[in-house]
This record gives sequence, structure tokens and C-alpha cells, in this order.
Amino acid sequence: MTDDTIDLNELERDALTELVNIGVSRAAASLRKMVEKEVILSVPSVEIVTRKSAASLIGQRESEALIAVQQQFEGPFSGRALLIFPQSNGLSLVRAIVGDEMEEAELLEMEDEALAETGNVILNGCLGSMANMLQHSLKMSLPDVLRGDSSLLFEVYNRSGEGSFVLFLYINFSVRERDIRGYIAMIMDLPSMEKLKQLIGDFIDRVMTDTE
Amino acid sequence: MTVTVLVVDDSKLARIVAGKAIAALQPDWTRVEAGSAADALTLVGSQHIDVAILDFNMPDKDGLELASELRSAHPHMPIAVITANVQDEIVARVRALNATFVAKPVTQDALSPFIAGAALRLKKAGT
Repeated sequence: MTDDTIDLNELERDALTELVNIGVSRAAASLRKMVEKEVILSVPSVEIVTRKSAASLIGQRESEALIAVQQQFEGPFSGRALLIFPQSNGLSLVRAIVGDEMEEAELLEMEDEALAETGNVILNGCLGSMANMLQHSLKMSLPDVLRGDSSLLFEVYNRSGEGSFVLFLYINFSVRERDIRGYIAMIMDLPSMEKLKQLIGDFIDRVMTDTE
Repeated sequence: MTVTVLVVDDSKLARIVAGKAIAALQPDWTRVEAGSAADALTLVGSQHIDVAILDFNMPDKDGLELASELRSAHPHMPIAVITANVQDEIVARVRALNATFVAKPVTQDALSPFIAGAALRLKKAGT
């Protein structure tokens, strides 16, 4: 249907899912240290979609406004990574970290800072361990907090990035008796996506041949 | 007597990685694989399994639930649960089942203490 697309074969998809799974599991372990309570995680599902489809995937599931922590990453493949929650979940996450004692006003005041910090832990954990396993390093920018609907987060209306794709990960996690659902998206252009595919291929080759 | 080791992981690649580490450590062991807890239970019901290595984060039934079912049917089977999710609660639950925690990604070094321990226990039980 489209000319610019990335096709992964079964083993490449499997490898990507496994890399993401390890990354997200590590991130959960770091998050656990922040909330001092077990973080329960679903098995992430991984898809490569256009920015428009990513926006409508979230748009269909979430009726309320969204909040996202964004970080740019740069390396053999570059782009931006987003951790996205429904807005009300964002506040629950902050509450889970700072505890229930804090006043609502104070909580709101530090919401962005706490979200940025949490997002940083999750996104770094996820991207960092993926990069390690692919044997390359990624430079991560400082996190920003964004608010808006899914088309805004994925810049659907920005035509300049027409050829870019989203590596879309859907995970459910719950923390301290609160259900929080979130999405992790990595937005990359076609050359970066192709580079990632190539690195996954190298990773598979190493796994297949390396006996150490 | 050959030892049969069962590797359960929903990722084929992860099964290959674990299989290769086992092959390097114990070349004589027979390896069987399952892609889900349900398939693993069918296998365990139909053939003799000596050692089980289970992924934690799997769809449907996770590795801890599977470990607990295997443990009640096989009180002495060496069982390892592998995950990158190193939260204290998970490690504690693995230990409570008298199973061994192994961190992902699985390497020969990471798997070696479990495999050596299992080989020793099986040898002792066999004599």
C-alpha cells in the first residue's frame, strides 16, 4: 500500500520485542526503587506504524487529554522517545512516587518535574538497555513534558516529517494499587528505522554465531 | 542417563540464546523448548524433564505461575526463572518457590551457577 515502509521478518520482530521487553523490565525495576513498591508490568506489544496510525491508535483508546515526557535520542539511529499517559494517570503516577500525604496544590506544582524525572528513568532504562544490547550508544537529551492530544504529540500535521515512523510499544503497568497505563513511542525517520533494522540483524547474527 | 532441560520463553530468539548457553555448559544435555506456559505443561506431562528454565514475562501465564505449578508436581526439579525485571518482590517469589533467579540477557556466565548446581543435584539423586 505504501512505498516507504519497514518490513521486519519474524525473527527480527521477535528480537525487537525481546529487546524492548528487557528494556522495559529494567525500567520497571528502576521505577520500583522510586515508588518503593512493586511495579507490575504487562508483556509489551510492539508495532511499527506511521505517525498518523500511532495517533489514531491512542486516540481510539483514550478519550481524555494526554500527557507525555519526551526525550530526543541521537546515535546510530536518532529520533524522539515519548512516554505517554492519559492526563489523570500522570498525576496518579506522581502520587505513587511522592506518597499520599502531599497536598493537592503542592502535588500539582511539582507534577511536571516529577513526571520528567520518572519519564527519564523509564525512557533511559528502556533505550539504554536496547542500545547496550545492540552494542551502540545513544545520547539522550533532557526530558520535556508535553500536553495535548495524540495528533499533537505525534505532530501529525507537520508535513516535513512525512516519512517518519513510530516504533510503538503498548504496556500496562500498575504501581502501588494504582492502575496506570502508558505507551512508549519512538519516532524515527526512515533512515534511522533502517539502521535500527540493520542493528537488529547484527544482534541476531551475534546471537546465532557467538558461542561464548 | 541423559539429562533433559526444558526452556520456556515466548521469544524464539531468547530460547536460542538460552539454548546455546546450555549447550556450551552441558553439551550432553538434551534440550527441549516451549513457547508458552501451556505448551510447557503439555510437554512436562508427556515426557520426562529434569531441569526447567522459564522466562518470567510471558503472555497468559507468566514464568512464576508456571514455576509454582511445576514445583508442586516436581518438588525436587531444578527450576530457574529468567528476567531483566530485578525487582525485590519478583526475586523473593522466585526464591520462595525454591527456584533460582537468573538475570536477562542470559549469558553462559549468568547461567553457569544454576546449571552446575542442577547437574550436581541430579547426579546426587541418581546415585
